[in-house]
Amino acid sequence: MSRTGRRERKRVAKPRKRAEKRLVLVPEPPQPLPRPFMPKPVVFKEGEAPKIGVFICHCGVNIGGVVNVPAVVEYAKTLPNVVYSEDNIYTCSEAGLASIKEAVKKHGLNRVIVASCTPRTHEPLFRSACQEAGLNKYLFEMANIREQCSWVHSHEPDGATEKAKDIVRMAVARATWLQPQEEPEIDIKDSSLVIGGGIAGITAALSLANQGFKIYLVEKEPELGGNLRRLHKLYPTMQDSSEILNPALKVVNTHKNIQLLTSTTVTDVKGYVGNFQVTASRNGEKIGFDIGTIIVACGALNYQPPEGLYQYDVYPNVVTQLEMDQLLNKGALGSPGRVVMIQCVGSRKGEIRAYELEAFAMSDTSRLLRKILKARKEEGWPYCSRICCMNAIKNAILIKEQSPKTDVIILYSDLRVYKEYEDIYSKARDLEVKFIKFIEEATPEITETPDKKLLVSVYDMLAGHEVKLTSDWVVLSTPLIPHKDSIILARTLKIPLSPDGFLMEAHLKLRPVDTQMDGIFVAGAATGPKDVPESIVSAKAAAARAAILMANKKMRTEAITAGVNPDLCRGCGRCEEVCEFKAIELVEIAPKTVNARVNEISCKGCGTCSVTCPTGAITMKHFTERQVNAMVEAALTGA
Amino acid sequence: MEEAKVEAEFEPVILAFCCNWCSYAGADLAGTSRFEYPTNVRIIRVMCSGRIDPTFVLSAFRWGADGVLITGCHPGDCHYVQGNYMMERRFAFLKEALGHLGIEPERLRLEWISAGEGEKFAALIRDTTQKIKQMGPNPLKTM
Repeated sequence: MSRTGRRERKRVAKPRKRAEKRLVLVPEPPQPLPRPFMPKPVVFKEGEAPKIGVFICHCGVNIGGVVNVPAVVEYAKTLPNVVYSEDNIYTCSEAGLASIKEAVKKHGLNRVIVASCTPRTHEPLFRSACQEAGLNKYLFEMANIREQCSWVHSHEPDGATEKAKDIVRMAVARATWLQPQEEPEIDIKDSSLVIGGGIAGITAALSLANQGFKIYLVEKEPELGGNLRRLHKLYPTMQDSSEILNPALKVVNTHKNIQLLTSTTVTDVKGYVGNFQVTASRNGEKIGFDIGTIIVACGALNYQPPEGLYQYDVYPNVVTQLEMDQLLNKGALGSPGRVVMIQCVGSRKGEIRAYELEAFAMSDTSRLLRKILKARKEEGWPYCSRICCMNAIKNAILIKEQSPKTDVIILYSDLRVYKEYEDIYSKARDLEVKFIKFIEEATPEITETPDKKLLVSVYDMLAGHEVKLTSDWVVLSTPLIPHKDSIILARTLKIPLSPDGFLMEAHLKLRPVDTQMDGIFVAGAATGPKDVPESIVSAKAAAARAAILMANKKMRTEAITAGVNPDLCRGCGRCEEVCEFKAIELVEIAPKTVNARVNEISCKGCGTCSVTCPTGAITMKHFTERQVNAMVEAALTGA
Repeated sequence: MEEAKVEAEFEPVILAFCCNWCSYAGADLAGTSRFEYPTNVRIIRVMCSGRIDPTFVLSAFRWGADGVLITGCHPGDCHYVQGNYMMERRFAFLKEALGHLGIEPERLRLEWISAGEGEKFAALIRDTTQKIKQMGPNPLKTM
């Protein structure tokens, strides 16, 4: 108690002294508002002041063609703490990187700034150059004068040059306060959890198990196989699904590295990359295990049309493509006179309102989920499900092959048969399957004729008149939709949902099987409709991504994390409340003294806690208050 | 007459806080797509809009910013799940506080820009610059 008291007095006394000094020495302009706690810039070596080197890139003519780069170089030399500045044609070239390393050694630089493109693409490259020169990579700073200056102000060279100077000045101000950071190293457990026992989950599990990793394969149904088990023939090869599934199942069932958990659902996942603690429920019995990585292959669901949509559930002869596939499998179709298929049933219409998913993501009630799903039944799903066209053509071919006299007509508003699938479309044409284009807004209508057949009326857009088709069967092509359990799973794993309600990958192009959560990967139709080959590809990709982590056994995580100053922390726990990643917990450091403690590995570095902290005890490493305020100050003064 | 002339020449300084994952990427996309906008804006990158301390905004105005723009990921898209909601709450408070400080609350703006909305970012800067120009300089500078 007395110790804390002394500390309090000390803290109160110091800033007052500083404030007096400041009033005398720098009356104008005023110091920024924030708290009086301002550490001195950390010097690189004992007794050494910041020595900043600024490298300004011409980027060929991308920057140099607009911004007067030599003028910016001269300007940079006048800035405080800058000891060296030069321009490069391409700083990212071999020569450019070599000149950074040389200058660091020659001029004893302890901060490096490159003014060029965006840190989002080139920061890692320059950081590694700094590391090679013996500098901590967090002492590097980038000034974006291409994407956010020369490229957007190409008609204002003077304005762009002035702005580039400002951007460099801001970077110098920030660099002055940069501190070296150590990246925490963590161990990665060499075991993996695969959620979902469809073809994607099986493939991913096998791929990892064959590499020697221990796998827990969790499937909520009593049997493996997912959607593939329900399918009969697969396009474009018209292979039996069992030809693909059965050999895989045989290996999975007996693999020594795979622990199969059917009728099991994952209820909770704690921990972080390399060290997840999983709780699952198996037939109501609680089980737990620890793993290093997670592959989510929870798949998608075939949309079941609501009663009445195209008379589904009203007339028994209106079925979905999946049901037709099963009829064909059983040989129960016979040889009908005509089969009419309707494309895009329940897809490519309506709009998922972001707030619906968002509201769901933020709540724990399934009431909202039910509400969302109800709304979808009324409006449909907005995206193209990308498998239905091929699937319809596949069933059309199968019908034609079984009973060539049956007239098969596919009604579509847009037909999307991509890559080699064009071939099965041609094949269907050869088999005299007919295609009729209707207008998206004028969907076909179905009534019953007195002799219990179905009458489909549709406006043939290309012929320009309405046609009436008497049909024995109407087959609805319904989309793959997000599974409601996968939405709940996303909440458990903290994976964001895409606007369509599927799990969202970290980057559509660059990181298609990663998620924003380190160590959690996605495979198969969990991220959106996929057919079998695509599911297998993504499953192998996800397995490879997980294997990289587990094979390395260790990894370093970003040092941009929160840090707690124990002297200032009063243990109120507000940071713990706002942390989305459960990275902060209150611990008792001494009798009756509670302090917040940050788990640097779980911490993602958003900085929300730092803003929330009422005493200013939490610092965001690499984005400290002082660093940001220095930029604010530099942006607005000294021009 | 003369006053109008002075106003026309006024070039505001606008500070924009952009989150690393959405709006900073959106600003980059505006660059890669060559959507031009006025040179008045200076961008500060933070990891998340949730990192934007109200004091950053207040000190920006105190140092003479004519406008402050806060941009983040769209609701539901935050890389850190909820950072943008945190910012939204602070924003309401900041607007209130600015009014009490004698700074027009309209000088502070919060917008959601995704990584794919380069055009929207450029349009936002054009619009904000024009509005701030109409409003004139930060009243604290003339005090």
